[in-house]
Amino acid sequence: MSVLLPLPLLIPSLTAVVCLLGWRSRRLQRAAAAAGGFALLAAAIVLLASVRRNGIQAVAVGSWPPPYGIVLVADLFGALMVLVAAIIGVATILYSLATVDSARERYGYHPLVQVLLAGVCGAFLTGDVFNLYVWFEVMLIASFVLMALGGERMQMEGAIKYVTLNLVSSAIFLAAVGILYGLAGTLNMADLATKLRQAQGNGLVVSVSLLFMAAFGVKAAVFPLFFWLPASYHVPPVAVSALFAGLLTKVGVYALVRLFTLVFVQDVGFTHTLLLVVAGLTMVSGVLGAAAQQEFRRILSFHIVSQIGYMVMGLALFTPLALAGAVFYIVHHIIVKSNLFLIAGLVSRLQGTEALPLLGGLYRRRASLAALFLIPALSLAGVPPLSGFFAKLLLVRAGLEIGQYAIVATALLVSLLTLFSMTKIWQEAFWKPAPAADVPPAPPTGGRGYRLAAGAAGALAALTVSIGLGAEFLLRLSVEAAGQLLDPSAYVAAVLGDRP
Amino acid sequence: MTLLLALLIGVLYAAGIYMLLRRSIVKLILGLVLLSHAAHLLIFTAGGIEWRRPPFISAGAERLTGVVADPLPQALILTAIVISFGVTAFALVLVYRAHQAAGTDDWDEMRSSEP
Repeated sequence: MSVLLPLPLLIPSLTAVVCLLGWRSRRLQRAAAAAGGFALLAAAIVLLASVRRNGIQAVAVGSWPPPYGIVLVADLFGALMVLVAAIIGVATILYSLATVDSARERYGYHPLVQVLLAGVCGAFLTGDVFNLYVWFEVMLIASFVLMALGGERMQMEGAIKYVTLNLVSSAIFLAAVGILYGLAGTLNMADLATKLRQAQGNGLVVSVSLLFMAAFGVKAAVFPLFFWLPASYHVPPVAVSALFAGLLTKVGVYALVRLFTLVFVQDVGFTHTLLLVVAGLTMVSGVLGAAAQQEFRRILSFHIVSQIGYMVMGLALFTPLALAGAVFYIVHHIIVKSNLFLIAGLVSRLQGTEALPLLGGLYRRRASLAALFLIPALSLAGVPPLSGFFAKLLLVRAGLEIGQYAIVATALLVSLLTLFSMTKIWQEAFWKPAPAADVPPAPPTGGRGYRLAAGAAGALAALTVSIGLGAEFLLRLSVEAAGQLLDPSAYVAAVLGDRP
Repeated sequence: MTLLLALLIGVLYAAGIYMLLRRSIVKLILGLVLLSHAAHLLIFTAGGIEWRRPPFISAGAERLTGVVADPLPQALILTAIVISFGVTAFALVLVYRAHQAAGTDDWDEMRSSEP
């Protein structure tokens, strides 16, 4: 058990080291990256099974007893997130084996992806607020380089915005950590939960919680802090933006959920109402932004923003069902969104462009790709029986149960607009006849490695379908995870309890 | 002392944000550096500034006795300084490359990736 918990951090870190040692050998790096991805996936599955069987697990790193040392904690939510991160990791690694150019591979593409995965898994598993900051930075620095690698003008401009706003958010995060330490004298999350529970009505605690909300809000790309996302997510190679789209903003959402269920529950009436308003505005502004776009990945980027709103809505409603909905939604969204980005990449490989007006006729040329697009697209909009339907159903029911009709209406309207946006892509890229002549004829096979890339996208689509058809399984997991989130006593006991 | 530091932190934040709002990307980096300095000092101040004994266990004793200083804020700041050093180095290179690629150091002219 104590070996299992650090594995999702060790495997990608070690793989990164192996890749760096084999700097000159592209073949070694590729093999190591793929092996590391699959090993991470296996470790994540075992970890989730073990957490499910034995309850929340905690490991004190370096045997410093909590609350003094850093702890790694895996509850169901954390373990589930690690598993989804590993799935996306494997899919994008396979996709990038087929698509990423050799120049990027020579300049450290593979080790960077592994460092990014280590950072993401670390953020999901840590039980210490400062350690969370450190993992955020690990993840960010890897993502900075991945985004800027290649050095085209558009990439540089996107990267500089991405870097700036994320650094500002890190500075806010760090300031909040400092004040929180001054207030509570500890940064261990379980310890904070017990110490701050008695601090009802302490205005300073609430204001620190708002600092955290702002910091994670930037990372999660909620309204009005999301503007870095649509300006940057479409510039790196497809495999990179699929990885970012699936994981990075969701780490922000994860941190929000973690801190605002475990630590900052002093003034739920204020903080969570604020979150609810933010959630509604995020949904609407994201989907309206998407409606104005005419390029595949730009549309998808705005939809990330819009979908983040649903997850925050689940947190803001703060009932067991709503949190279960949020957990379900995050899992569903990560898989579907990465999948859509991968498909955008396949389309641009076939047609040589991502601009919708220049695309067309893909249904005739490649019906299988069109079908592959429809699965995640309809799931994103929430059409039954795909995974998005159940995620939205949970949230809508949770909203109706406690009479929050305004947010429910917003959520339903936004999913209608999402459907509109997806049909726009369908209509423009797949259904309408190909525009005349000036499109460069792409290789009919889609070029080298097309099968592998399409296979990675297809596997994610199959996962979406199976989550939808077998929703009961993930639903039960989400409900259990939400139960653990809402009742922190088990979490606290796992971290602090078994020690004198 | 705390008041003095609080004022200094406030000035650093104000200067940092002012620099971020300028149009030059070099000033942007300076702004980020000032912001992270402010955050580090904030941790230092919030951790409590008092004249206390260093937290060493005296020879022969088993545990700490009496009131001692808290070493953790310094540890946090050290970590944060190292991180911000690395990130700033990267940001400098990025700004340099962006300047090369775009041929300008003006934010307002770097709009090709905007929605």
